[in-house]
Parts: sequence; structure tokens; C-alpha cells
Amino acid sequence: MPSPFFEKVASAVEAAIHDAETELPADVISALTRAYEIETSAVAKGEYENIFENLRIAKERDVPICQDTGLIVIYITLPPYVPYSAELYEAAAEGVRRATVSVPLRPNAVDPVSRHNSGNNCGEGMPSIHISPGDKFTVTVLPKGAGSENMSQIKMMLPSEVGSIADFVCEVVRTAGSRPCPPMVVGVGIGGTFDSAPALAKEALLLSIDSMDEFEQSICDKINELGIGAMGLGGKTTALAVKVKRGACHTASLPVAVNIQCWCCRRRRVEL
Amino acid sequence: MRLTTPLGDEVLSLNAGDRVLLSGTVYTARDEAHLRILEEGFPFNPEGAVLYHCGPVISDNEVVAAGPTTSARMNKLTKPMLDAGVCGLIGKGGMSDEVVEALRGRGVYFAFTGGCAALAASCMKLKGVHYADLGMAEAVWEIELSDMPLVVGIDSKGNNLFKR
Repeated sequence: MPSPFFEKVASAVEAAIHDAETELPADVISALTRAYEIETSAVAKGEYENIFENLRIAKERDVPICQDTGLIVIYITLPPYVPYSAELYEAAAEGVRRATVSVPLRPNAVDPVSRHNSGNNCGEGMPSIHISPGDKFTVTVLPKGAGSENMSQIKMMLPSEVGSIADFVCEVVRTAGSRPCPPMVVGVGIGGTFDSAPALAKEALLLSIDSMDEFEQSICDKINELGIGAMGLGGKTTALAVKVKRGACHTASLPVAVNIQCWCCRRRRVEL
Repeated sequence: MRLTTPLGDEVLSLNAGDRVLLSGTVYTARDEAHLRILEEGFPFNPEGAVLYHCGPVISDNEVVAAGPTTSARMNKLTKPMLDAGVCGLIGKGGMSDEVVEALRGRGVYFAFTGGCAALAASCMKLKGVHYADLGMAEAVWEIELSDMPLVVGIDSKGNNLFKR
């Protein structure tokens, strides 16, 4: 018999996945709407119309927005009164297994070499669970699709190349082209170590895209000059937003990671 | 313009940018299905057939969500499909110059909006499955389309909307 705590966490994860998969956050819908309004290409406008019609149908039929329901990345914050425990990991994985059946999700988790599919979106180290201290007990899920994840990159830049960070980000987006389902959200992690820069880039995708600071806006403008447009068919908006997270790094290093997110920028946070 | 599979010479008159409503049977095929077909031959008649680069969500014999996957992953696996008679591809993101050349004079690539899985599923009926052992995403699902809204991304004359 699972403990009430286990049940609470598993249910919260399952519910957060359901909501993330079937309805986009308000800030993402606003950004897509703005992109549609300023678009002048008829083909690109048609792509946005399909996107809005798709969002309407997904909500109405209570089905996933995209068939690539992703791998499930989970962020948990723990206040001082909730103990850190192995049970948290087990409960979160149980939430993923339940959501695979109830939403339903496409089983995407496979062994990297044999390609054997576990059938329940869980496996060694999967779901990806990140636990940190916080003021409140929260669970945030980020279902991450492969089309955009496959186009992500990390570069160990030189400290003397600080001025070229924006160029690197643009080059990653240019190379990705039509493949990550633009218009995209671009998460950038600057600093940390070889492994933590991509983690920062992914955390940047959790930030609201209602606003950008000057640095983020300047990279975003530069990306939008590329003209890749919705689905790579040409258009004014290639990136809906660029979000940056920074971490301290070694004086001899400058790791920069770019985590690309498709227009279907799914995330849901629940408080327990 | 309305088209129904299996496709014939009518695809040769299509131009990049044309909007098409496609009906009839299509077959989903991703990386693993292409590899299996190359190894064992087609589990369906490829003549005039349309392949959909898609790994759907299927539940209780119904298509729940079925948007396109990134076609470029199949770049190197596509020419033998066209050689066997396949004359339509549906996917997202476009394909390589090699595929554009292979389509010349015999087939087209249709673009469908990536991520629009619920919209796609709303025009689909599940008919059958091949290679079920490959798992839900990689199996070949035989699907009946009813007016799926597509754009011709690459035509049979070498025009390519993705190339700028």
C-alpha cells in the first residue's frame, strides 16, 4: 500500500503531465498570437492557423497537442519541512507510468543501444528528476520532444569569446533550420561546468517568455533575421523568445549550451 | 485541390506551395520501419503509396495524436522507397538535395505543420499495423485519411520551399 505522501506526489506528477501535454501556457499562446499577427507570408500564416486549430482540438478532445509527448523532465522544490527521500523519485516515476496510460503518452524511453522500449516512459535515469530546496513544495514538468532536443548543442568557448556568444546561439539555430519545429523558444545556459551548462539551458526553458532582458532580446532579434520562419517555410518569426540562465564558471572556461524548444513549449507547475 | 491515394501521374502537375487535401490510405514510417523495409521488403504494395513520417499515439485502436516527425532523419533511407514506387512523402522540415533529386519526375513531398498532432488525428481512421514489434512510435500504421490539409513542400520538378 503506497503511503499518502507517495500517492500525493504520484498524483501531482500525473496531473501536471496531463495538463502540460494538452494545453499550452498562456505566455506561449500570447507569443504565438503576436507572431501570427506580425507575419506577412501566406504560407507561414497558414502554419499558425494549423497550430491554433490544433490547440483548440487538443483541448476539446482532451488529447496531447503533439504526438511526441516527449521524455518527462521533472523539477521538484522542497521546503524545509519536506524530507528529501528515495520515495520522491519512486513516486515521480509512478506518476509518469500512470500518465503514460491515462493521458495517454507515446512510450518514448528506450535503451540507448539495444533500442528496447520500456513501454512506460521510464528507464535508467528516466524520468529525469531534479530536486532542489525551495520555499514551497512544487512539481514542475517539462515534456521534451526529440525534434528540438536533437538540434541542441554545447560549446566550450574561450573566455576571450564572450562577445561571440550570440553568434554561437544563432549558428545553432541556423544549423537546426526547419527541423526543431520553429517558431522556437531558445534556452541558453552560460557558465557552470561541461555538464551543468546544458542543465541551465533547460532550466531557462521554464522561464516565462512574456518578457526578455536586453541581452536576450538582442539574440532573439538576430535569430529572427535568419528568416527560417514557421516550420522552416520562411517568415518573420524563427524564435518566439530567447531565455538565458547563468552560472559561475572556471576562470579558464566559458561553457555555452543551447537547448532548443519547439513552438509546443509545454510546461506545468503545481504546488503540493 | 483534393487527391486520393494511391497517387499516380497527378502528382507530377503539383507545384511547391500548392495546398492539397489528401484522402485515402497512408503508411507511417520512421527510422526503424525504413530499415526493416530495406531488409525484408514492403509489407504493403508500394506502387503509388504515400509514406507518412510519423510515430503516432495509438490507444484502443484509435489514432489519438499523429503529427509529423523530422523527415531529414530519413534522408539516406528514402531513395529506395521511391525506386519501389512510393510517390508521396508526408513530413516536416523538408529533406536533402539527394531526396529532391530522387523525387524529380516521379513524386512529391508534402509538408504538414509539426506538432499539430490533434488536428492530424481528427482526419484519421486506423486500418491496421505492420511491424508491431517495433513499438508504437516505430511501427508501420496503416491509416485512412480524410482531407488532411497539406502543403506541397518539394515538387517533382526540383522546387523546394525549404531551400532559400
